[in-house]
Amino acid sequence: MSNDIKIKKGLNLKLKGEAERLISDAPRSKTFAIKPTDFHNVTPKMVVKPGDAVKAGDVIFFSKYSDTVKFVSPVSGTISEVKRGAKRKILEVTIDADAKDDYKEFGVKNPADLSSEEIKNHLLESGCWPFIKQRPYDVIANPEDSPKAIFISAYASAPLAADIEFILKDRKEDFQAGIDALSKLTSGKTHLSVDKNSNSFLNELSGVELHKVSGPHPAGNVGVQIHHIDPINAGERVWVINPEDVAVIGSLFRTGKLDATRVIAVAGTEAPKAQYFKAKIGTSVKDIIGTVPASVRIISGDVLTGDKIGNASAIGYYHNVVTLIPEGNEYRMFGWLPFKDNNIPSMSRTSFAWLFPNKKYKVNANLNGEERALVVTGEMEQVMPMDIYPMQLIKECMIGNIEKMESLGIYEVAPEDFALIDYTSTSKLEAQSIIRVALDIMIKEVG
Amino acid sequence: MSFLRNKLDQLRKPFGKGEKWEKFAPAINAFDTFLFVPNHTTKKGAHIRDAVDLKRTMITVVIALLPALIYGIYNTGYQHFTQLGESFTFMDAFLHGAAKIVPMIIVSYAVGLAIEFAFAVYRGHEVNEGFLVTGLLIPMIMPVDIPLWMVAISVVFAVLIGKEAFGGTGMNILNPALTARAFAFFAYPTYMSGNKVWVSEATHVDAISGETILGSLAAGREAGYDMWSMFAGSIPGSIAETSTLWILVGAAILILTGVGSWRIMLGGVIGAAFMGFLFNLWGVNALMSFPWYEHLLVGGFAFGIVFMATDPVSAAQTFKGKWIYGILVGIFCIMIRVFNPAYPEGVMLAILLMNVFAPTIDHYVVEANVKRRKKRLEAAKVKTA
Repeated sequence: MSNDIKIKKGLNLKLKGEAERLISDAPRSKTFAIKPTDFHNVTPKMVVKPGDAVKAGDVIFFSKYSDTVKFVSPVSGTISEVKRGAKRKILEVTIDADAKDDYKEFGVKNPADLSSEEIKNHLLESGCWPFIKQRPYDVIANPEDSPKAIFISAYASAPLAADIEFILKDRKEDFQAGIDALSKLTSGKTHLSVDKNSNSFLNELSGVELHKVSGPHPAGNVGVQIHHIDPINAGERVWVINPEDVAVIGSLFRTGKLDATRVIAVAGTEAPKAQYFKAKIGTSVKDIIGTVPASVRIISGDVLTGDKIGNASAIGYYHNVVTLIPEGNEYRMFGWLPFKDNNIPSMSRTSFAWLFPNKKYKVNANLNGEERALVVTGEMEQVMPMDIYPMQLIKECMIGNIEKMESLGIYEVAPEDFALIDYTSTSKLEAQSIIRVALDIMIKEVG
Repeated sequence: MSFLRNKLDQLRKPFGKGEKWEKFAPAINAFDTFLFVPNHTTKKGAHIRDAVDLKRTMITVVIALLPALIYGIYNTGYQHFTQLGESFTFMDAFLHGAAKIVPMIIVSYAVGLAIEFAFAVYRGHEVNEGFLVTGLLIPMIMPVDIPLWMVAISVVFAVLIGKEAFGGTGMNILNPALTARAFAFFAYPTYMSGNKVWVSEATHVDAISGETILGSLAAGREAGYDMWSMFAGSIPGSIAETSTLWILVGAAILILTGVGSWRIMLGGVIGAAFMGFLFNLWGVNALMSFPWYEHLLVGGFAFGIVFMATDPVSAAQTFKGKWIYGILVGIFCIMIRVFNPAYPEGVMLAILLMNVFAPTIDHYVVEANVKRRKKRLEAAKVKTA
């Protein structure tokens, strides 16, 4: 039994550089890295120090504010460095990997035989807990909460995103086991959303409420789906988890080992090989894409929400796509004239791009203008498929008016839901950053 | 291109960070970014960005204004020569109009942009492009013979009091161009109303009565022009407001490019048609019995509803709000025309009035969303109780 969700507002950006449907094993990195900066609002408390030997699944650090939330090593090896930044903030913990992984044994378990508390403890001990995020606030879930529902979106609608059904195609048993475990953590439903045209095993799972989603991006954003399925009210918590991580959790229960292997799509016009690679969490991006020139922007994640990373850096903890686009730091003479430079896509009809809805574009990271006052109205509403007034919410977020932010729907949104607003904004707004700052204020003030 | 770029980079040097003229960087940036879209890349948020920016948006509005402006230039000469009874060619009319209007545009831009640049330097932000439109709109809605110094003072008033006093671009409550016109109207009434100001150089010629259609109707007389003249715009009036035909071309550009709000335009037409129709039914004086569809063609209605009411900053900002705002502008425009004998054109006051109420309209539209959300919360509480 499935429920259809049809999204009308939004924008499908068609970009060149899609990953070819081919999975290769990435060469094993010599060094792996876990970046505490990937975990929003987590201050790491180190357990290991340089020189310590770790197995795959051994704790590296835990959260200062919740010592049960542990972050573990994805591989076995030796801790080589704890890189620090300003005010001794830990930026990266690097591990010199062994040639072959030695796994910490967590024991084979059947989720059906375990209580909710036992499953929770198992996930916390094995370092799988950080996979689970909560809404509101888009941070790692608090293990002491009991969520009203769990949401998993297996529909990636972002431009050049990894095809989730393709990367999960051989992991039915792991995925089902993951669902069996996770669904015990909530007294409510476990919701799984798939593309309307999906025909993979995801349609045949037990223990989930299936939703078929259609429509332009951000239809695949889990926040948009929550809004249409079971919206969040003040004080409520729902948990969300990426589908690939559900499979990792499932494999933990089935094998007793934490196998942090991901299938990562390498996409974008500058990618030397735009295809899928099997690699472990913490893999160095250089080991997959090689060395690229400085004129290429490496984005861990998709072009709308990802992080800019260096060639020597590791792929982000939550990311399953690496996108390479030209930096685009060039001048364009009279580029502001309407109907000039039609090779740059535009949602507005001041470029001929709208006449060719199926044309694929090569994009770069140029701002295509300068930041300006908020003048144009209505454009944000066109890409926000929620019953939320985005411009009004952003303005309240900018001035930090908590009461207004609450009443305008801050609990329902995550920065990624404002990614298209970033993209389309005539004023070159940074809406995602504004929302992130506002969510942090809410965490501090409301909790 | 690279030669020009290098020259510009050289020119910019003293305006750079820590350099002698750093404070004046916004001024040189304005010139630089006029020639080149800068090489700035994304730092936060989405890595890729739409091709549109505020310059492109504003230039699109300027392009949409051009048909009405060019016709307005011609019509200025046309009205002048026909009322004076002199023979003329198309070029004569055009050149006469251009000689009158181009200086007004130059003064408007020079004064307005000087203030904009000064505020950008003072506040340390970049020069916003909004004045590219305002600076052109102001001369287009003035009577042709208004002295240049009055144009200049109106611009100063509009930019200083109408915009910068509220915090600058994006923060103003009233449409700056209409603020300029309202200022001129109340400060220099003899240059802004009557039956002589609408025809170029008519004030010193006794035989001319170049009053507008609405002026005639307000005085209880016939309109005096056929419908085609009203539509095409070969009638006396403010410089670029007379031709509904060319204004519609501008409206088409705004709607097709998505730059102007069709909701406001359509709402305005619906509101005005409805009100005009009601007055037609009542019909006790010339203005009331003036056919509702002709109400849409005369005066500044079309120009106001297409180019002024749609100003995104001073109009309602929500989609529902835009409908309500547009309809009310239309209704009040016809109401003011009919009920205000001293001032037969109502669109300026109707838009300014609704500019003031636009935030209230938006407030109630957003409040409905807030209420819906609260209701949902209460329903959820009942479910869990």
